[in-house]
Amino acid sequence: MTIEPKTVKYQGFSIHTIPTKQFKTNQMVLKFRAPLRKEDVTARALLPYVLQSGTKKWPTTAAFRTHLDDLYGANAQVDVGKKGESHILSFSVDVANERYLKDSTPLTIEGLHVLSEVLFNPLVENDGFSSKIVEQEKRTLKQRLESARDDKMRYASQRLVEEMCEGEAFALQPNGSIEDVDSITPQSLFNVYKKMMSEDTIDLYIVGDIEEEKMLPACEEKLPFQTRDELSSEKAEYKPKEEPKKIVERQSVKQGKLNIGYRTGTVYGEDDYIPLVMMNGILGGFPHSKLFINVREKESLAYYAASRIESHKGLILIMSGVDPGKIDRADTIIQEQLTAIQNGDISDKELEQTRAVMKNQMLETLDVARGIVEIHYQSVMAGTSFTIDDWFERIDSVSKDEIVSVSKKVVLDTTYILTGKEEA
Amino acid sequence: MEKKKFDQLQEELFYEKLDNGLSVYILPKPQFNKTYATFTTKYGSIDDQFVPLNEKDFVKVPDGIAHFLEHKMFEKEDGDVFQQFSENGASANAFTSFTRTAYLFSSTSKVKENLATLIDFVQSPYFTEETVEKEKGIIGQEITMYDDNADWRLYFGTIQNMYHNHPVKVDIAGTVDSIADITKDHLYQCYNTFYHPSNMVLFVVGSVNPDEIIEQVRSSQQEKSYEQQSPIERKFENEPSNVNRKHHQLNMDVQVPKCMVGLKASNVELSGDDLLRRELAVNTALEVLFGRTSSHYTKLYEEGLIDDSFTFDFSQEYGFGFALIGGNTREPDKLSQTIQTILAKEAKNSSITEEQLNSVKKKNIGGFLRSLNSPEFIANQFTRYAFNEMDLFDAVPTLETLSKDDIGAALADLAQPDRMTSFFILPKEEEAVE
Repeated sequence: MTIEPKTVKYQGFSIHTIPTKQFKTNQMVLKFRAPLRKEDVTARALLPYVLQSGTKKWPTTAAFRTHLDDLYGANAQVDVGKKGESHILSFSVDVANERYLKDSTPLTIEGLHVLSEVLFNPLVENDGFSSKIVEQEKRTLKQRLESARDDKMRYASQRLVEEMCEGEAFALQPNGSIEDVDSITPQSLFNVYKKMMSEDTIDLYIVGDIEEEKMLPACEEKLPFQTRDELSSEKAEYKPKEEPKKIVERQSVKQGKLNIGYRTGTVYGEDDYIPLVMMNGILGGFPHSKLFINVREKESLAYYAASRIESHKGLILIMSGVDPGKIDRADTIIQEQLTAIQNGDISDKELEQTRAVMKNQMLETLDVARGIVEIHYQSVMAGTSFTIDDWFERIDSVSKDEIVSVSKKVVLDTTYILTGKEEA
Repeated sequence: MEKKKFDQLQEELFYEKLDNGLSVYILPKPQFNKTYATFTTKYGSIDDQFVPLNEKDFVKVPDGIAHFLEHKMFEKEDGDVFQQFSENGASANAFTSFTRTAYLFSSTSKVKENLATLIDFVQSPYFTEETVEKEKGIIGQEITMYDDNADWRLYFGTIQNMYHNHPVKVDIAGTVDSIADITKDHLYQCYNTFYHPSNMVLFVVGSVNPDEIIEQVRSSQQEKSYEQQSPIERKFENEPSNVNRKHHQLNMDVQVPKCMVGLKASNVELSGDDLLRRELAVNTALEVLFGRTSSHYTKLYEEGLIDDSFTFDFSQEYGFGFALIGGNTREPDKLSQTIQTILAKEAKNSSITEEQLNSVKKKNIGGFLRSLNSPEFIANQFTRYAFNEMDLFDAVPTLETLSKDDIGAALADLAQPDRMTSFFILPKEEEAVE
């Protein structure tokens, strides 16, 4: 299968359509992208939740959700994330394809109306958003930020990035920071909204059983964005640390979390990127990888020990959960696995297994509408083009030498340890 | 092989029961890249007392053994099965629930090879004292990971509040102490009793040709000599209808408290259409009362008692069932009382209207279509339904027949004061003072 969407480009606003009969619902995703900045990340994180809580037509959550239910359970969601040094706000609507219903009311166009209403017709009072809604959503955002830290696995991952990228935009959490919530007012948030609507780079995706010639004019009419400048996709600079950093934190937990961050110097779209992805697969992406085999299966130190790539920032992040008394042992074994790769200790079997599962993972991702969107959006952000054939070809052609050579650029940056209070 | 067509949904389901008793289901999804297959035994964490194969007396096995067995199935004399799946580009996994153990893979190529691997590894146990001991460290870390997970502790704490004796109250993975007692002999005993084909379902969904798949499975099963097995005898302690305790709480290293209200189901011997109707009716009632369109949700949200982590769900299996309602909250006491008051009032006099019911029906029809985009959902849910003598594809047609009175009656039956309980996760006191 191919996922080369048809893209219609305006200045700063692109519409990507992917016609397919694979799914029983049609998915629309609208993505707003701006640089991650301390001064507005928290307000931007609040914005989607305020917008979906009240529009002129549907002034309450109950009214909005009742309308969605009546559209055969249209699924409207907002999401806040980051990729590299960009802050991305997503608004999505997934609607049933009426072809599979007894009722033949066209639903996709209704889904587009929902996106349009949420973005272009917000509930406004005194040159700002509804103060009641803003206060409620500020409270929820604070609770969301706090409770995210109650999930220890997630907390350790967050803390590693905060420590590792201190002083860089990437250290910011996409949901912002608690201390910046209180000062947001309905008026200041409305200004952030206006800025988002006029300056963000916008991509709309429509995946499903759709007729492009009907959808495109409807999108242009319902989503009348003005033209704007393209966001430049420059690689962010950082100052390498003279010594690797090590942070140990204590809480009343039974299991220690050992998270390790490496700089790779390579980001998505660069020549080295696919060799880096392969290297990460051999290191810790899968159950045949060195981390799983050595940390878990051989030494019984952990239930999970895995690595992943932060594609647009060029990091490799390792996470593991180990007994507090065995953190040093696990650390040693993890470091040895990277060293092994750097020394060329990669078997043909490891190489072929990794190629096979990488290809499988990609094709499986494309079996989910949101997966198609994310894979394509990655390349849009990097200003490159993506085709599945090129990607497969590149995976097949990566040599062991290329993997070893990219692995030698991987440098330990920060080790973050969350451990118990009793131990030590 | 039987074939069932669902015209409106444009899906076809193929079924065959093989001579050795194995049920095989195939749902072709020609548009998909991948094929997803699950091989599931009707054996989970609650099956801790049973008569072993070819024996006469009941035995009780250590807590966490079904899950331990799941882990050990992956290790063979010639190494780890994951290696084989990776070579053929498949992603493999397994999970253990209260009532099921499922082994699965998904792959976009070499489906035949991967299906053969799946069937063969689940049908050829290999346990040694040494590998059993080694696994205790890994599972020990899995258990401690869950011990530190506040949401998991909230979930299990609420179940433990509800159940006096039933093994559903025991953590699926057991405890570090309980798994210490597990030996290879225990594993063989459980394996031989519960992994007979007649106690299992194979479900294959994806870009497959049903005739080829069934032929492959038939011939693989003919090569293996399974003897007829008489029905498995399981035993569960007598369980009172009321809850074990009305309330309990736990202090953990968290900043935001968590609250869960649990409702313990009565009349838990249902199966088939009766069980399907009950699950649908209770979930519909909860959606009307606590869904985001409800006046209760609006009020709770505006008062700051709930946030978007608020959830509710009801599920029932043979022998146990419960509804769980709750989430993160600043005021767990107030939230718990409010939820219980709403339920008690509705149990006496249901306020559910025809309009609300129709809205939920519409929502669920669309939701079911969305679920059919997911091969994982289809295989896992279909199997769960099949083990309870229900048919997943009956869910929407059955929902459409439910009346307002059915919903009211189901809620009245469930929401009884002596079958309600609450559990809180609270910040550690020293942190709370800071």
